[in-house]
Amino acid sequence: MNSIFSIHTIRFIALILIQVLILNHINFLGYINPYIYILFIALFPVKNNRVVLIMLSFILGITIDMFLDTGGIHAGASVFIAYIRPVILKSSFGTIYEHQSVKFNTVDFGSKLTYFALLTILHHFVLFSLEIFSISKIILIFQKTLFSSIFTIIISVVVTIIFTRKSK
Amino acid sequence: MQQIINFIIRNKNFLLFLLLFGFSLLFTIQSHSYHKSKFINSANFLTGGVYNSLNNVSNYFNLKSQNRLLSDENKRLRSLLLNNQIKTDSAYVDSLMFDKSYQFYTASIIKNSYSLSNNILTLNKGKNDSIKQDFGVISSKGIIGIVDKTSSNYSTVISILNATISISAKLKKTNHLGSLIWDGDSSEFIQLTDIPKIAPVKIGDTIITSGQSSIFPKGIPIGVIDEFQLDQAENYYEINVKLFNDMTSVEHVYIIENVNKEEIKNLLSNK
Repeated sequence: MNSIFSIHTIRFIALILIQVLILNHINFLGYINPYIYILFIALFPVKNNRVVLIMLSFILGITIDMFLDTGGIHAGASVFIAYIRPVILKSSFGTIYEHQSVKFNTVDFGSKLTYFALLTILHHFVLFSLEIFSISKIILIFQKTLFSSIFTIIISVVVTIIFTRKSK
Repeated sequence: MQQIINFIIRNKNFLLFLLLFGFSLLFTIQSHSYHKSKFINSANFLTGGVYNSLNNVSNYFNLKSQNRLLSDENKRLRSLLLNNQIKTDSAYVDSLMFDKSYQFYTASIIKNSYSLSNNILTLNKGKNDSIKQDFGVISSKGIIGIVDKTSSNYSTVISILNATISISAKLKKTNHLGSLIWDGDSSEFIQLTDIPKIAPVKIGDTIITSGQSSIFPKGIPIGVIDEFQLDQAENYYEINVKLFNDMTSVEHVYIIENVNKEEIKNLLSNK
């Protein structure tokens, strides 16, 4: 319990620092940035309490917002995916989730990719809707969601592959 | 009563989600209106400190180009200084030279931002350096933004690349007034509206600040006209202005204080 607790604390701080100090300065093609801090929400242990996850996502999001001066858009998007995470887990892992035995190191690659993709696209859609905040620019919202999601999914998959190999 | 408590316990996840999502929406809406966001900003102790230590490292990488910019400006100022001496030699008294109405401070940007639709920058000067809300911020090439929040050592600046502010500007040649509003598209261009149809607008004309707002002095360069068209009602021009500043690589800036601002404000509120 203690080691799991410390791993998640370190992951929380490390992801915020990487996001704020490195990834927000990429601005690929002008506006495309990966937001990999949602890996914390994605890789949070399945068995733990949902209330804890929702609270932690809010703290994670509001910290990112504080660094980026964006009001509450990251907090909103993070809380949203933390709340609907069980639905996504069920649809991408199916029966393994029913038995409450999902371990992110052991599941097969295909369903893990679906899981990350669904989470990322939903997060980015809420994020950019809140950022742009106008229905008349819906095309811009979809465009930003699409491009940033591709970037985020690639980087989060690469990161998880690198770190699971090490722990074996 | 029992049923209410049961209901809360049964739906605690959903209620917590609604509460926190509501908070986020509140912060988001607050950040969309000028000067409203209370505590979620990057001028506080923690975020300012992190950005400052990062900036200590990263500003070594563009020392060369920033030095060139500063020396260019020094050259220009030196030539102005010399020209002024000639004027004072020949019994010419410029009354403006003694009545100093604008105070300048230097600062550097420790967090730049240009890819969002409401961009906010962070500077390494704050209340301890007597920086206050609504001071103007410019670089050696042109206008940057307006100071928003200040903490004791840091301050945030609403960039001109922010859809929530508009700045009064005019055509340098003919003094026709308009207002600058960013449409959130490209960090190289800003939009100038409300220029009347009667004004002679040409591609390549210079746009400067008008000096009507008591934040910026008159005549600070903004950019040149890139393209223009009439709006739907065909009464005003919609002009695309290419900025002189490359907003993606600004570092050293000047903060301008209008010393007479209180006086102007009092006069306007007393009428």
